Amino acid sequence: MKYAFFPGCVSKGACPELYQSVMQVYPRLGIELAEMTTASCTGAGVLQEKDPRLGDALNARTFALAEQQGLPIMTICSTCQGVMSQANHRLTTRPHYLQEMNDLLREEGLTYRGTTTIKHFLWILLEDVGEETLRQHITRPLSGLRAAPFYGCYIQRPTDALEFDRNPDRGKSLERIIEILGAEVVDFPGKTRCCGFPILTINEKNSLAMVATHTRDAQSHGADIMVTPCPLCHLNLDGMQTNAARQEQTSIDLPILHLPQLLGLAMGLDIKSLGLNRNLISPKSALSKIGVGL
Amino acid sequence: MHTTLRIRRFNPEHDHPSSYYQEYDLEIDPSDSVLDGLIKIRETIDDSLTLRCSCRGAICGSCGMRINGHATLACKTKMISMASEGETIQVEPMNNMPVIKDLVTDMAPFWAKIRQIQPWLQPQGLPPTAEYTASPESMNHLSGVMSCIMCGVCVSDCTVLEVDKTFVGPAALAKAYRFVADPRDAATSQRLNFLNQPSGMWDCTRCMECIQVCPKGVGPMDRIMALRAKGLAKKVPSTCGSRHAEVFTDIIKHKGILDEPMLAIRTFGLKNIGRLLAMIPMVLQSLLKGKVPPLGPLHRPIPGIQHIQRLFKQVRITR
Ligand code: SF4
Ligand code: SF4
Ligand code: SF4
Ligand code: SF4
Ligand code: FES
Repeated sequence: MKYAFFPGCVSKGACPELYQSVMQVYPRLGIELAEMTTASCTGAGVLQEKDPRLGDALNARTFALAEQQGLPIMTICSTCQGVMSQANHRLTTRPHYLQEMNDLLREEGLTYRGTTTIKHFLWILLEDVGEETLRQHITRPLSGLRAAPFYGCYIQRPTDALEFDRNPDRGKSLERIIEILGAEVVDFPGKTRCCGFPILTINEKNSLAMVATHTRDAQSHGADIMVTPCPLCHLNLDGMQTNAARQEQTSIDLPILHLPQLLGLAMGLDIKSLGLNRNLISPKSALSKIGVGL
Repeated sequence: MHTTLRIRRFNPEHDHPSSYYQEYDLEIDPSDSVLDGLIKIRETIDDSLTLRCSCRGAICGSCGMRINGHATLACKTKMISMASEGETIQVEPMNNMPVIKDLVTDMAPFWAKIRQIQPWLQPQGLPPTAEYTASPESMNHLSGVMSCIMCGVCVSDCTVLEVDKTFVGPAALAKAYRFVADPRDAATSQRLNFLNQPSGMWDCTRCMECIQVCPKGVGPMDRIMALRAKGLAKKVPSTCGSRHAEVFTDIIKHKGILDEPMLAIRTFGLKNIGRLLAMIPMVLQSLLKGKVPPLGPLHRPIPGIQHIQRLFKQVRITR
């Protein structure tokens, strides 16, 4: 199981604990990674506001680089996954467009034939590593911990680009992982909604209202923690939670864990090595429920 | 096939009106639509159930409602796609609009927003002797967005409308694009300037709910992104939204990877120094927690950045 690893800007920037925790868990699961150091940002949907063809050209280049290595791409960010899946969908369903993009790549000696698959770490855990192997690595089942899933938009929609028709279980993958790790799934209405991050700089009030709604809802449904496969969601739900609670005149205190942090916990890994001390909303009291100190 | 429809009811004529759920067991044909099921309930079990429909063929747009948590047209949704034998299907009125009775919502706010964007052609100069003509390509480009049936399904599931009723919303923004991209319309700049204001095109979160639920493939969010691109190309007055897109693009062009501190500083700019200062506590807290990126807060350009820069240049030339 070898992948071209696309870490994404945020795990290399504002969420270093995500990168750190992935590095801890992947080798133990029989995964091999070759990090794509020369690939650019996906554009995050923002570059695409300026010029959609520009975003597709950059992504076609990334896909061609992975194709050259003969490896599928692994992402660890819902947004990277979604933006790349959509680009790949356009490129592989419109031969003329692919040709047009290949014309742009020619000077670098690259061509994209349309064979690269792009998979989020979340899907890899279930579809490639498999439930049985995962279970073998659980040394500290998270029983007693109540975890609310938060997907982020780009790993849920649009379903055609994300190939939900061929992989219908992807829509419930986070719940499945939580169960396998031994924690209890806390269902709440906002799990597939938007965290509001993309409008944080544009309409802070609306953005914070979204953070408050989802974290408060999850907490009132009994969640001890929330887990997300998207570092951008993490930035808003963890980083802005205090401001959001203040704006909505309420109190919320819900730790937000990156998916590999939750996985690492169940694998018995050390708290510091998973970067759990770096989360802004402290997971201390939640961790005490599984007998772990921070 | 046997199924249960769990329907959210609301009767404004009750003494203390509040919504509640009511379940109906139903024997149905697997090929029945949810609308067929609802009509069957009304005709054979409970004639007080109120719903709205007309064409029953996904044309009139009147049967929008939420089925198993997402808005859709009831006449276009087969029961069998929603539940297996014996399972329950949940039916509720659309979100983000007032409920009149049971599954019928008030579309007045929806139409007010459509009116807001002046949904009519505004050509300039003397009228032509025959018709206003446009190239087949330009009309072809618009055919997708012109297939909107004004059902309100996208508005029902819009994330922003959930927290802010003033947002123009996906249907009206898609309709605005229909005129902005029409070569016969001469009000492009006024339209874009109007949409550049708060509650306009920059307020969308890009959550894609509207793309996912639209029964006609209009792709409202894609039209919103196209409006933003047109706005940037036409140099609408700078706002946090437009600066965010410009600065983001510029950072990727120079580094290939995003620099969050740089993005924030340049997006807010000196004009919004208050917003920057307001971020200081969060930044300090992050530093205290050791949340410092492995490469330092500002990234160096990625290896191979010259290829990224060449793509930026080439895409611009071939546009
Ligand atoms: S998180 Fe966003 S900005 Fe970062 S790599 Fe992914 S798409 Fe790019
Ligand atoms: S929830 Fe918000 S930040 Fe997260 S992926 Fe979706 S749009 Fe992005
Ligand atoms: S993409 Fe934008 S317009 Fe569409 S539902 Fe989401 S916030 Fe609303
Ligand atoms: S864009 Fe689609 S969902 Fe929205 S009103 Fe038009 S047809 Fe309905
Ligand atoms: S009844 Fe006309 S669209 Fe459903």
